[in-house]
Amino acid sequence: MKRRMETSELIFKIVAYVLLIIFALLCVYPFFYALGASFSDGAALDSGNVVLLPMVGNSIGFSIKAYEWAFTNTEFWVAYANTLFMTFFGTIWSLFYSILGAYALSKKRLMGRRGWNFFLVFTMWFTAGVVATYNNYVVTGQAFATIAGQDPGSWQTTIDGKWLIVIAMGMNATNIILLRNSFEGVPAEIEEAARIDGATEMQILTKVYIPMSKATIATVALFFGISRWNGYFWAMRVLGTEASGQPYSWPVQVYLRNFLETYTNIINPTIDEYDQALWDRQYGDYGYAAEACAYAIVVCSVIPILVIYPFIQKYFAKGVNMGGVKE
Amino acid sequence: MFKLKCDDFLTYDETTGTYSVSPDQQVRDEVEKSRWKEIGLKILADWRLYLMLVPMVLVYLLWRYAPMYELLTVFKDATTAIDPSERGWYGIENFAQLFNSSSTYYVDFWQSFRNTFILAFYGLLFGFPLPIILALFFNEIRSNIVRSVVQVCVYLPKFMSIVVISSLMITLCGGNTAQGPLAQLLIAICGPESNLALQAQSGLVNSTQYFRAIYIVSDLWEHAGYDSIVFFAAIIAVSPTSYEAAQIDGAGKMQQMRYVVIPSILSTVVIMLIMKIGSLLNVSYEKVFLFVTQGTATSTKDNYQVGATVSVWANRWSATSGGEGVAMAGEMLNNLIGMCLVIGSNMVSRKATDVSLY
Repeated sequence: MKRRMETSELIFKIVAYVLLIIFALLCVYPFFYALGASFSDGAALDSGNVVLLPMVGNSIGFSIKAYEWAFTNTEFWVAYANTLFMTFFGTIWSLFYSILGAYALSKKRLMGRRGWNFFLVFTMWFTAGVVATYNNYVVTGQAFATIAGQDPGSWQTTIDGKWLIVIAMGMNATNIILLRNSFEGVPAEIEEAARIDGATEMQILTKVYIPMSKATIATVALFFGISRWNGYFWAMRVLGTEASGQPYSWPVQVYLRNFLETYTNIINPTIDEYDQALWDRQYGDYGYAAEACAYAIVVCSVIPILVIYPFIQKYFAKGVNMGGVKE
Repeated sequence: MFKLKCDDFLTYDETTGTYSVSPDQQVRDEVEKSRWKEIGLKILADWRLYLMLVPMVLVYLLWRYAPMYELLTVFKDATTAIDPSERGWYGIENFAQLFNSSSTYYVDFWQSFRNTFILAFYGLLFGFPLPIILALFFNEIRSNIVRSVVQVCVYLPKFMSIVVISSLMITLCGGNTAQGPLAQLLIAICGPESNLALQAQSGLVNSTQYFRAIYIVSDLWEHAGYDSIVFFAAIIAVSPTSYEAAQIDGAGKMQQMRYVVIPSILSTVVIMLIMKIGSLLNVSYEKVFLFVTQGTATSTKDNYQVGATVSVWANRWSATSGGEGVAMAGEMLNNLIGMCLVIGSNMVSRKATDVSLY
């Protein structure tokens, strides 16, 4: 009896290990593929020789042509700087109003507390949808233009969309609730003591609550930061296309997507031929490395996240469990 | 309880023929007034706290609630004036267009509504059990180092940008040719003459036949690892004494799982399932948009027929003249159904498990 149990246990354990490791490998494979492809040359990619390791032609090799292109491409680095700008200021702005709001919401003495909470949570239940939201961003852009003393009709050219993205986007009610729950967990006695010592509301927040909720604030800051770094759709909608928009304000994600679309149009799928002339006109003489160039951009845009990821990973796990279920 | 009558607080003066407020009511008014005064004083004393709410409330009013107000223009006639505030009221004409089988939008809208539902349903069907299985497997790994390494790997896709994920998925499945490694593998399995190989010529993601499968796989790849965190936390919260008790009773590993682990995570599973059902219609518009268009609202790909969700549909029709009202109406309908699902699932959760999210 006991022996049979042990066999089944062993089998289960082996199955668990094997399947988990396979799944883990599948999860990281596309990134290694991207890395390998970015060091390959166009001919290898075009004939489908790249599976994992970088290839040049039919054999394993190393080509840094794509990175040469990426590092000398000013448009890409402008986009990179834009992303850094949006991530930095966007995270600070989101954290600013989220922490203040969450602090007020965490106080039992706040009048209409249930109402304010509902105000927040309702936005998680019902959203106006992409069309109405876009129209609203247009109105916001026009208002910004009016404030800046420009013609509101041409806001798309006069107003730097970066600021619109920083201020008007990246709202997340879940993050505010995470912060609120964490603030509620701070013992009331500590606040009382600080109040007796003559601390003002702001001092209580900055000297008591924020230091005591450091872990949650770090988690929330990372949530905000990651979503800013990865944000695509609204940046694309607001900043527009190359022809009628602000390509100089594009973040990396929009630039990358635009690049991918352009190069797939250059490689004509119907006749399966490569429009060398069109490519040269747009991207210089890097010829067949187009796909590798795309992967070089992917790798460059992913590196900052990969670098900080192992350190922040445990915070995310914590954040998910904190945000779990809460009445 | 007493019933308030007019006579209680009004006295009729027969000589002048007027009513006057009775002394009782005057006292009541005083009390009421002082209560309001008290509330006012309380707010005034705490004005800093209310000031702290202002930035958040302002941001949410301007960019979350103002779009909802904007939605009201679906009840207006877009043809009468360009400026929405000058348009005449229209009634539910825009909604009627969605249900009118002779309208231009009819087929397209219901197709996209169906697509939303199908993608959501398959996402739930495959995306819900996988994280639980992963969590159970994680529990089997005793070595902390191995487990950490595996966890780092499986959470990773969640933190990648949707642009990167979609473009990797597109190129792995063949891009514009049959050269992606995944496409090559599938062709090797199915044979070079198979239908799949033919479809792969123009990219598997672009094919109407395989789009949904690829979308679901990419969804699993993106979320399954990260979603397992909650279940794994529930499993490691099981007290070791429960295992010991089961062991003493002679339970093997499988029986421990059957009788100890699964019952103790069942409540988490139920709550997560209810929540998932609640957010069923929130299929990521960003991701679908990246898969079925070429980067602008109107440039759709071949897989639009099976891939477009309501948001993508709305985005497309809002770009055409006269289509904006109908586009908003369609989205509003979709989001209202979604809201009913969220509220309904919350009520079920509160009834069934005594726990609710909001």
